Amino acid sequence: MSAKVQVQTTINNEPVEFLCEPRQSLLECLRDIVGLTGTKEGCGDGNCGSCTVKLGDRIVTSCLVLGVEAAGQSITTVEGLAHGNTLHPLQKAFLENAALQCGICTPGFLIAADALLQKHPQPTEEQTRFWLANNLCRCTGYDKIIRAVQAAAHEINANSGAAQ
Amino acid sequence: MKAFDYAAPASLPEAVGLLASQPAARLLAGGTDLLVQLRSGRKQADVVIDVKKIPELNEITLAADHSLTIGAAVPCYRLTDHPAVQAHYPALAEVASWIGGTQIQGRASLGGNLCNSAPSADSIPLLIALSASAHIAGSAGRRSVPVEAFCTAPGRNLLAPGELLVSLHIPAPAPHSGAAYLRFIPRNEMDIAVVGAGASLTLANGVIAAARLALSSVAPTPLFVPAAGDSLVGQAPTPAALEAAARLAQAAASPISDMRGSAAYRRHLCAVMARRALELALTRAQENH
Repeated sequence: MSAKVQVQTTINNEPVEFLCEPRQSLLECLRDIVGLTGTKEGCGDGNCGSCTVKLGDRIVTSCLVLGVEAAGQSITTVEGLAHGNTLHPLQKAFLENAALQCGICTPGFLIAADALLQKHPQPTEEQTRFWLANNLCRCTGYDKIIRAVQAAAHEINANSGAAQ
Repeated sequence: MKAFDYAAPASLPEAVGLLASQPAARLLAGGTDLLVQLRSGRKQADVVIDVKKIPELNEITLAADHSLTIGAAVPCYRLTDHPAVQAHYPALAEVASWIGGTQIQGRASLGGNLCNSAPSADSIPLLIALSASAHIAGSAGRRSVPVEAFCTAPGRNLLAPGELLVSLHIPAPAPHSGAAYLRFIPRNEMDIAVVGAGASLTLANGVIAAARLALSSVAPTPLFVPAAGDSLVGQAPTPAALEAAARLAQAAASPISDMRGSAAYRRHLCAVMARRALELALTRAQENH
């Protein structure tokens, strides 16, 4: 076995250090070492998007990132979306629009949608569908997810007074 | 996944030295192919060398003459979002937004797409159409090869042990030139091409002065069809001339039947996609003063 490596990161705005083998994916490190089990494993090969996290300023499938590659980087997982007991507008909108059933894909959709709204504060349906093409949901048929993302965008923009 | 060591050299000489001393090393850029292959056991590695910290592999440089150098590890989103790439290489910005989905584009690189050497690689036909060359470094020095000579068989290429791809270089586009890549996929996104076609075309004095055409997913490697482009030189850019060139591309293809389409269907698509790619390249050439 290869020597374990000490990795220093910032996860959800907190400094976090973990010890991992070079072969371990960021997904394994988050779930099995750091104990943040909100990020889910689906396919394990980058197709389904369930394990989406934000790494630096980009979303990635954490099954296709080595934990050691995260050294010095900041990571946002689904655990970092809510403020204390106040849900993120996306989380609220997913609940209100019934945009989930089994829930396995939901953390990945939330992180991906959050990155979308930062880039396009009021995305069109087409922008939303293309952006979320790397996230698969086998329960909802997507329409409710798209509606939830648009509802969250409306709420965020109404609250911030943005005219986008 | 089998255990391996990890190294992230900060310079090209360091990476070349490491590669020379480690015969069972694999190079990691975005990892969207490599990590899948290591996990499935299709590839093995004692050491994974992360090349993302090497400056030459991370640059996008548009020279004064508008020639373009793309570091081998530059992730796709940086090309899509780059204003100068959008302005001078719209087809390249487009193809970078079609490889995988948003998450994959945050990691995957055109250099990796080339080194993975899949017959279906979306970026390779366009790179061939744009006359791109691959800049390679190794312990024996540096060399440069045209992209159409890079892939040798499915998943194989001409990189010798100890060599790595540094960058892709695209010569300055001629005045009144345009390029395009189009693919046929059953979905609207996140899919592998049933057939893809890359084309470039240059106009001068109302006739076609130069043209290049390449196809994906229809041969053991991305397929450059010089005869198709050559047939257009000196011709007026008429629908009949483009159609005849597309038929030459179709004739050069040797597609197989698989889960994505039958050989006959692919052969039909070759002519359709080649013609449409030429048409779009022509439109862009006409708009590009």
